[in-house]
Amino acid sequence: MAFEPYVRTQMLDPKPAPVTSVGPAGWLKRNLFDGPGNSVLTLVTMVAIFLLLAHLLPWMFLSVWNADSLAECRQIIDETYGLDHSGACWAVIHDRFFQLVYGFYPSELYWRPNLTFVLMLVALAPVLFTHLPRKMMIFSALFPFIGAWLLWGGSIWTPLAALAGFALGGAAYRYGSAVNGILAIAAAVLVPVIWWIFLMGPIARGLHAVIPLGIEVVESNQFGGFMVSIVIGITAITLSLPLGIMLALGRQTNLFIVRAFSVGFIEFIRGVPLITLLFVASTLLNYFMPPGTNFDLVVRVIIMATLFSSAYIAEVIRGGLAALPKGQYEAADSLGLDYWQAQRLIIMPQALKIAIPGIVSTFIGLFKDTTLVSIIGILDPIGLSNAIRADNAWNGIYWELFVFIGFVFFIFCFSMSRYSMYLERKLNTGHR
Amino acid sequence: MATVSEPPQGGFQLSQLIYDTRYRSMTIQIVTLIAVLSLIFWLGANVASNLAALGKPIDFGFLGEPANYDINQMLIKYTSQDTHARAAFVGLLNTLLVAFLGCILATVVGVVVGVLRLSSNWLIARVMTIYVETFRNVPVLLWIVLAMAILIEALPQPRDFRGDDPAASMFLDSVALTNRGIYMPEPLFSRSLGEFSFFGIFDISNDLLVLLAVLAAGIFAAKQIGKRADRIQNATGERPKTWYMSLGVIAVPLIVVLVLLGFHLGYPELKGFNFQGGIYMRNSFIALWLALSLYTAAFIAEIVRGGIMAISKGQSEAAAALGLRPSRTMRLVILPQALRVIIPPLISQYLNLTKNSSLAIGVGYMDLTGTLMGTSLNLSGRELECVMLTMLIYLAISLCISGVFNIYNQRVKLKER
Repeated sequence: MAFEPYVRTQMLDPKPAPVTSVGPAGWLKRNLFDGPGNSVLTLVTMVAIFLLLAHLLPWMFLSVWNADSLAECRQIIDETYGLDHSGACWAVIHDRFFQLVYGFYPSELYWRPNLTFVLMLVALAPVLFTHLPRKMMIFSALFPFIGAWLLWGGSIWTPLAALAGFALGGAAYRYGSAVNGILAIAAAVLVPVIWWIFLMGPIARGLHAVIPLGIEVVESNQFGGFMVSIVIGITAITLSLPLGIMLALGRQTNLFIVRAFSVGFIEFIRGVPLITLLFVASTLLNYFMPPGTNFDLVVRVIIMATLFSSAYIAEVIRGGLAALPKGQYEAADSLGLDYWQAQRLIIMPQALKIAIPGIVSTFIGLFKDTTLVSIIGILDPIGLSNAIRADNAWNGIYWELFVFIGFVFFIFCFSMSRYSMYLERKLNTGHR
Repeated sequence: MATVSEPPQGGFQLSQLIYDTRYRSMTIQIVTLIAVLSLIFWLGANVASNLAALGKPIDFGFLGEPANYDINQMLIKYTSQDTHARAAFVGLLNTLLVAFLGCILATVVGVVVGVLRLSSNWLIARVMTIYVETFRNVPVLLWIVLAMAILIEALPQPRDFRGDDPAASMFLDSVALTNRGIYMPEPLFSRSLGEFSFFGIFDISNDLLVLLAVLAAGIFAAKQIGKRADRIQNATGERPKTWYMSLGVIAVPLIVVLVLLGFHLGYPELKGFNFQGGIYMRNSFIALWLALSLYTAAFIAEIVRGGIMAISKGQSEAAAALGLRPSRTMRLVILPQALRVIIPPLISQYLNLTKNSSLAIGVGYMDLTGTLMGTSLNLSGRELECVMLTMLIYLAISLCISGVFNIYNQRVKLKER
C-alpha cells in the first residue's frame, strides 16, 4: 500500500488576530506597556499628570473673574469654595486687560490700533497665502504708511509726503533713463533721499497749514502692552528680510570690500546680546545723530531690532544659498542672465525655499525678544506685569499674569511655526 | 561671471564704469567703500560734536576709580572701594559662571528630552513634545521673571525655620530652600593649604588645585589601564575586567587627600533673621540658571532629535547584523555620526545661552550687564564707553566659544577623500 500523504482539501477560515495585538488593547500594549520598563514609566507619568491636573484644573476653573484687588479675590474664593481651596484670581486680567493689550493708549482711540491690526491682517494675507489675488499686494505696500499714521496720528500729509518720495524716485528713474543709465540710477537714489531729508518736513507742514487734515497725535510713550510687541515685532521682521537678503548676497559675492563689510557687520551683531543693542538705542543713538535730533524711542528700538535680526536672517539665507548646487549658478550664467536676473529668477526662489524654516524661527525668536524692551523702560506685557505686581492692589500675584502673557505669546509663536510647516509642504515641489 | 567682452572701440567712456564687466566690480567696490566710510565718518563726527557739547570726551579713566557700589554675589573678593574695572571683572565672572552651569544643565536636560521624544512610549513622547513646544514658544525673559517670582513668593522665609515646630524645615537638615535663596553645606578643610594669589587679581584655594591635580592624575591612570585592556583584547580576544581598578586609581587617592586635608562640611545655621555659613545661592542666580537652562534645553532637544533621526536606519540594521548589542550600537555607531549633525547647531545654542544670560538684569543678578552696563554706567555717566566695552567683551566671549567649538567640530568632522 502506497504511502498516502495527508493533503488538506479545504481552506481554513482565517482566525482573528489575538485580542492583545489589535484594537485599543493592542495599541495600549504596543505604545504604553511594551515591557516592564515602559510600563513603569507610563504608570509614573500617568500619576504625575493626574496629580498636576488635579491641582491645575480646580485652580484654573474654580476661580474669580471679578474683583478689585488680590485681597478681595482671596476673600471671595474663601467664601465660595472653602478655606482650603486655592483658586486663580483671573480678576487681575479682567481688571487690567486693556492695559495689557494697549498700554496707556488713550481709551477713546482704541479703534485706531484695532483698525490697524485688522488692516495688518488684510495686508499680510496676500503675502502669506499665494492663491489670493495679486492686486492685494498694492494695499500691502501702502499699509506701512497707513498703519504708522493710524497708530501715531498727526497730519495726513506726513505719510503722503513720505510716499511721494517713492513716486519722485520712480519719475526720476524714468526721465533719467532717457538720458543716461548711470544718471538714472543715481537720480533714483538721490532725489528721494533729498526729498525725505530736506523738503518733506516743510512741505508736509505747509500743506497741513493750508488744509489741516489729521487725527490726534499719540506719543509713543503711551504705547504699551501687546500692541507695542506686535508693532516692534512685525515692523522689524518686515524690514529685516530685505536687509538680510542683501547682507547674505554681500557675504557671498567675490567683491572683496563688500564682502568684508558684510562679514564684519554680521559677525559683530551676532556676537553681542540684543540687550546691549537696545541699550545703544536707549542711551547712545542720540550721540550718533546730528546734535538736536531726537526721535522716538519705539522707532529707535525698531531700528536696532531690525539690524539685529537682519544679521541672523543673512546667516540663514547664506545656508540656503550654500545648499544650492553649483550647477544652478552655472545654468543661469549659460542662459546669459545677468547677476540680478539670475538672483531674482533662479537663485533666490530656491535658496529662500530651503531657508524657510530658519527664517521663520528667526522671526519667532525676534518676536519673543521684543519682551526685552521692558528692560529699557518700554511698557510691553512684561514691563506692565512688573508694574501691576508692584501695585498695592495686586501685590503678590504672579501665576495668573504670567500664564496669560505666556499663553498669548504661545498662540502667536506656535501659529507662526505651524505656518512655516504649511509653507514647507506647499513649496516642496522636489520629487522624492 | 564668465562674460566675454569685445575690446572697447574708441576711447574710454564714463558709462564703461558700470556697463563694462572689467571695471564694474571695481566701481561697485569703490562706491561701497566711499559710502561706508562717509557713513562712519558722519557718525564719528556726530559723536565728537555731541560729546564736545556735553563736555565729556571719550575717556576710559573712570575704570580706575573706586566703584562705590556693592555687588551681592561674587566669586572673587570685592568691596565697594575697588575700581569699576574690578566690578566689571566680578560681573564677567558671574556671566561666565551662569553661562557655564547653564550649558551643562541645558545639555543634560536637552539630550534626555530629545531622546525621550523618540521613545516608543506614546505617553512619554507626547509629554516631551508638550515640554518642548511650551518652552520654545514663550519668551525666555518671561521664564526668568516667572522663576524669580515663584522662588520669592512660594518658598518660606528664613524665619519660618525657627522654633520647636517650624513652618518649614531643612532638607536632610542641611539644605534650606528659602525665599532669599538656597543655603547648602560648604566643603571646609581643617588643615587647609591656604590660598594661591594669581598676580593679586584673584585668589584660588590651594586645596581645590590639589584636588583637581589628583583627580586629573587619577583619570590619566584610568586611561592607561583602559589602553592596556585594549592591548590585551587585541592580542588575546579577551577583555580583562578593569572597572574596579579604574575606580580605585581615581577614588582612593582622592579620598586619601581629602582625609589628609581634614575635609568636613560646614552647615548653614539660622542666626538672627538669616542663615549663616554654608554656600548661599541667591534667588536671582537660581532663577536665571534654571530658566535659561530649561529654555535652551527645549531647543537642544530638537537638535538632538533631528541629529538622531538624520542617521539612516541602515546604520543600526548594519550594526545589528554585525552582532552589536543595542547599547553598543548607540554608543559606537549612531552617536558618533549623530554628533556630527548635532554639534554645529549645539554651538550656536551655547552662544545663545551665553548672550541670553545678559537678561540677568531683569532679575537683578549682577552679571556683566548689571555691573558695567548697569550700575557703573549710571554712577560714572559714561554711556558710550560702558556700552561699547560691554559689547566688545561679549563679542570676545562669543568669538572664543565659537572658536573653541569650531576646533572640536573640525576634529570630529567626516574626513572625506
